Amino acid sequence: MSAAPMPVAVNTFREAVRDRVLYNLVFFALLMIGAAILVGQISIGIDRLVIVNLGLSAISLFGLVMAIFIGVGLVSKEIEKRTLYSLLAQPIRRWEFLIGKYAGLVLTLVVNNFFMTLGLAAALFYVGRPFVRTDAVILVSIYFILLELALVTAIALFFSCFSTPMLSTLFTLGIYITGNFASDIRGFGDFTKSPGVKVVTRVIYYLVPNFHNFNSIAAASHGEPIPLALVGQNTLYAALYVALLLVAASAVFSHRNLK
Amino acid sequence: MNAPAIEILGLTKDYPVGFWRKKMRRSLDNLTLQVEEGEIFGYLGPNGAGKTTTLKLLTGLIFPTAGTARVRGKSIDDVTMHREIGYLPEQPYFYDYLTARELLDYYGHFGGLSKAQRRERVAQLLERVGLASAANLQLRKYSKGMLQRAGIAQAMLHDPKVVFLDEPMSGLDPVGRREVRDIILELKNQGKTVFFSTHILSDAEMLCDRVAVLASGKLLGVGAPGDIVALEVHAMDILFELREGRSLPAGLPGQVTTMGGRCHMEVPESDLYAALEQLRRCEARILSVLPVRPTLEDYFLRLVEKEKVTSHTVEVTVR
Repeated sequence: MSAAPMPVAVNTFREAVRDRVLYNLVFFALLMIGAAILVGQISIGIDRLVIVNLGLSAISLFGLVMAIFIGVGLVSKEIEKRTLYSLLAQPIRRWEFLIGKYAGLVLTLVVNNFFMTLGLAAALFYVGRPFVRTDAVILVSIYFILLELALVTAIALFFSCFSTPMLSTLFTLGIYITGNFASDIRGFGDFTKSPGVKVVTRVIYYLVPNFHNFNSIAAASHGEPIPLALVGQNTLYAALYVALLLVAASAVFSHRNLK
Repeated sequence: MNAPAIEILGLTKDYPVGFWRKKMRRSLDNLTLQVEEGEIFGYLGPNGAGKTTTLKLLTGLIFPTAGTARVRGKSIDDVTMHREIGYLPEQPYFYDYLTARELLDYYGHFGGLSKAQRRERVAQLLERVGLASAANLQLRKYSKGMLQRAGIAQAMLHDPKVVFLDEPMSGLDPVGRREVRDIILELKNQGKTVFFSTHILSDAEMLCDRVAVLASGKLLGVGAPGDIVALEVHAMDILFELREGRSLPAGLPGQVTTMGGRCHMEVPESDLYAALEQLRRCEARILSVLPVRPTLEDYFLRLVEKEKVTSHTVEVTVR
């Protein structure tokens, strides 16, 4: 494996840090502090549920916004600003550049999620609830959120290779929303009598990643266990989709003229 | 015999245009060219001539519609070719959140330099392009001239054998231009090949071993600037002074302009001796007689004008 993606990844992370992307952590911290204070005053015995639910939803939402809005600019911004010209004249292959950009944003999301997880833990600590063994499910849920974000980033990067940031945002968001309702769309197809609609819904179901499988916020809030098989299945599923998307992105970008 | 530094064979580039992208616009038309090792090669042409397209093709940023090119024997499709080249894009723009030192260190990774090598090379280059004192300043705070210097430094970073510079003097003040000229000459002294596009013909005339002129995507001519401008001498310039009380003789073969008591007269070469005889008869003091050579600019403008009229390639090969 080439070492070229590594400096690109580090530089992408550095760009996010210097562009103050991680400032969203301040908003997250404020949200958690506010929620902890409020929940401590009004809830009776459901403080854990509210804090975990709110915390995980915020982690997911903040990460999603970052993955989409930074992801769609990963390549297109470099082309638009012409920073790519001098870089690609260096001895680096285009796919190495793409992998580096992808890894850099995923690294940013991991760091971001790490600090948000600490914030969530601090909020739980504040409401005076001792940590128990079943809280591990919260970490699994955060892992699922990361897998989901890695997948969203790959989709955004793919569109970024040939489309404008505006269209890429719409496409990525569209796929994310459709992917959250993938099972419902298939179910709708099964109910309908039209063979055409059946085919279309089936195609959508198999083509679009099923994001619903990554959503374990409700389980984590109620302290319900998440089966280990689901962890393996989701990991494999995300890895496969990400790999396919990166291969497709590389194929498109390797033939793109940088006018 | 060594392979040429740059060998371009029938390089052609078409871009799709229009809403449906079915029509094609030819940006570069069947360019065939060779640049030898150690040459400074000037690539001249008006805006839209295809200069940047050629450089982008050679650096792998765009892909040819037809034809091929090699740099030091390596195909432009080959990523290892990039170890042989340095490239300064036109109006370079870099990651503005980085300092010049960080930028060069970042690019240094791709050339396979170790951390210690990068540190040394980066410091050396920053010193060379006059950015040592601004090395730790973010590039967003750089002036256009400073960015250009940072760009030149990155083009020289991994000590490439062939350096492509797209309008390297653009946006620089006279001091900056002189510094860039010095760098180009220094690269030549180190045995590098420099291929640069420019609008500033005096720079090309001063620096280049050979130049090529391009218009509307077509190569119009290739040759040494000295050969090109020495080719045609149609007129002679006579500088003289009249003695006190004397006036200009009638019927001189050229128009006389007087400045500061001295007279200039441009005459056709065939009329030189007749003109000198007339001046001798009125006892004028001849100060100098010089041939009037066309400048590279004249040559360039003539070719471009000709291309506009004929709209097909004119074969002009001087050497």
